[in-house]
Amino acid sequence: MRHLLSTQELTRPDAVRILDTAAQMAATQSREIKKLPTLRGRTVVNLFYEDSTRTRISFETAAKRLSADVINFSAKGSSVSKGESLKDTALTLRAMGADAVVVRHPASGAPHLLAHAGWLDAAVVNAGDGTHQHPTQALLDAYTLRRHLSGTGLTSPGASGPDDVAARGAALDGRHVAIVGDVLHSRVARSNVHLLHTLGAHVTLVAPPTLLPVGVESWPCAVSYDLDATLAGHGPHADPDAVMMLRVQRERMSGSGTGGGAFFPNPLEYTRKYGLDGRRLGLLPEHAVVMHPGPMNRGLEISAQAADSPRAVIVEQVANGVAVRMAVLYLLLAGSDAAEGADAPGVLASPSVPTVERVATS
Amino acid sequence: MSSGAAVPTPSPASSTPAGTVVLTDADISRALTRIAHEIVERNKGAHDLVLLGIPTRGVPLAARLAERLAAIEGPPADGAAPLDPHAVVGELDVTMYRDDLHRHPTRTIGATRLPASGIDGKVVVLVDDVLYSGRTIRAALDAISDLGRPRAVQLAALVDRGHRELPIRPDYVGKNLPTSTSERVSVRLVEVDGARPGPDGTPATDSVVIRPAPRAQDATAEGEARA
Repeated sequence: MRHLLSTQELTRPDAVRILDTAAQMAATQSREIKKLPTLRGRTVVNLFYEDSTRTRISFETAAKRLSADVINFSAKGSSVSKGESLKDTALTLRAMGADAVVVRHPASGAPHLLAHAGWLDAAVVNAGDGTHQHPTQALLDAYTLRRHLSGTGLTSPGASGPDDVAARGAALDGRHVAIVGDVLHSRVARSNVHLLHTLGAHVTLVAPPTLLPVGVESWPCAVSYDLDATLAGHGPHADPDAVMMLRVQRERMSGSGTGGGAFFPNPLEYTRKYGLDGRRLGLLPEHAVVMHPGPMNRGLEISAQAADSPRAVIVEQVANGVAVRMAVLYLLLAGSDAAEGADAPGVLASPSVPTVERVATS
Repeated sequence: MSSGAAVPTPSPASSTPAGTVVLTDADISRALTRIAHEIVERNKGAHDLVLLGIPTRGVPLAARLAERLAAIEGPPADGAAPLDPHAVVGELDVTMYRDDLHRHPTRTIGATRLPASGIDGKVVVLVDDVLYSGRTIRAALDAISDLGRPRAVQLAALVDRGHRELPIRPDYVGKNLPTSTSERVSVRLVEVDGARPGPDGTPATDSVVIRPAPRAQDATAEGEARA
């Protein structure tokens, strides 16, 4: 793997490999000494053109736990506010010897440009670009789902029973995930639809027609306008095993203010039709979990009762984010580029240690 | 530490085109039994011992050693619980502590599993199949210090093939095997490699095979083809 730009380009073995690596990383994070020497001497730059708390902190924690040096760079208070272009910033980072650049940008495609324009030698990790992709969020969602929807996790109620042994090496075949809310502005939804599809899960998008993007029918998922019917299992894929609530991104809606701009009449009506509350929680099967990528608008897309219920895995998602980002940084930075380029043209598909012959490296 | 004859004595029966079998199934079993006795002798018993296998093949070796330790010790005289071979075995993945990560394609990370009793204040015996440069053991020592503070760390290796690059010395050796750096030493264990014969004619049971470097072999084959 050279860069991580979108979940669309991830193959199934690559995705499972990231999740398995994340599981091993998560195991190290329960130790007293959480720091590993793996990326000693490597430099990771967090390049954030958009506000973010949890994603930046999560990447920073992940890089520091692997002993990499971290440089935080936010557009506010930097030369970007003096008008520096993305190219000049990238050339500066190259001159400083960055090994990986974690980039969040309001423009869709900015990470792709950074990765392929030849300005940088570093690995580029997309930490959210416009309304395009947010691959590490989708990976941590898939990791959380896999823990709770494998083995005994499938039968035990709500968030009580993660089964890490059964989850190892597993995908999400046959599971059904409902993604509810502002799909139009959500890069998390786009990343999740592709990744969950790659991992074999069924996805139903539930949203008012105004908050669905043009061309959604070409995505590998079902679409519903009725949350109650989907939760009760009246859609094409029966009961959902998980519900992922999306934040209503009012800062991206024109004429927001108190209402929802031109997208919905008013917040109360949105909550009544698409908010997750205690009653709708009751429609879900016993084992189903509730997810939210954060930050939550309590009282809008999710009620306090749902957000704080024992089925909610929202806090666990944050913890899993560190492990998943450690895995991504490890897989991007730990190996040698030359060897990977030579025998692994695919993303991440480099061979593991040969199993039969174990010799020179012993 | 009487570790067998230093030079392998290839008999016609054990020489295959795929290489020379230097340890057979029975040889490995005897070596492990001897190592188990040496561990008990050196530590004056098997209490406070933890065996940590280094994946892949150190893990089944550690499990086999633990079974032998339990058999040697037997039930204690004071009526306490006998040594449970599963409770003293763990595995220690050292991938993230290696110093050669940049020189190889990305390695898959294995699991680290410690016995429930932990390793603080214990005598940890690291178990690996082939001891070569010593770099894996260096990584293992770093990994151990992040996990706890054992009273002592000892090292058991099935084969010591020499060519150390670090000041590391094994405490227990199955067999000292002088090799050239171009040769390859393959350890085959049924727990890891299954009970079927290998594609290159390696036998179906446990074995340690030494063979010339693949490139040299190819060259010979080519030479023969031309001749």
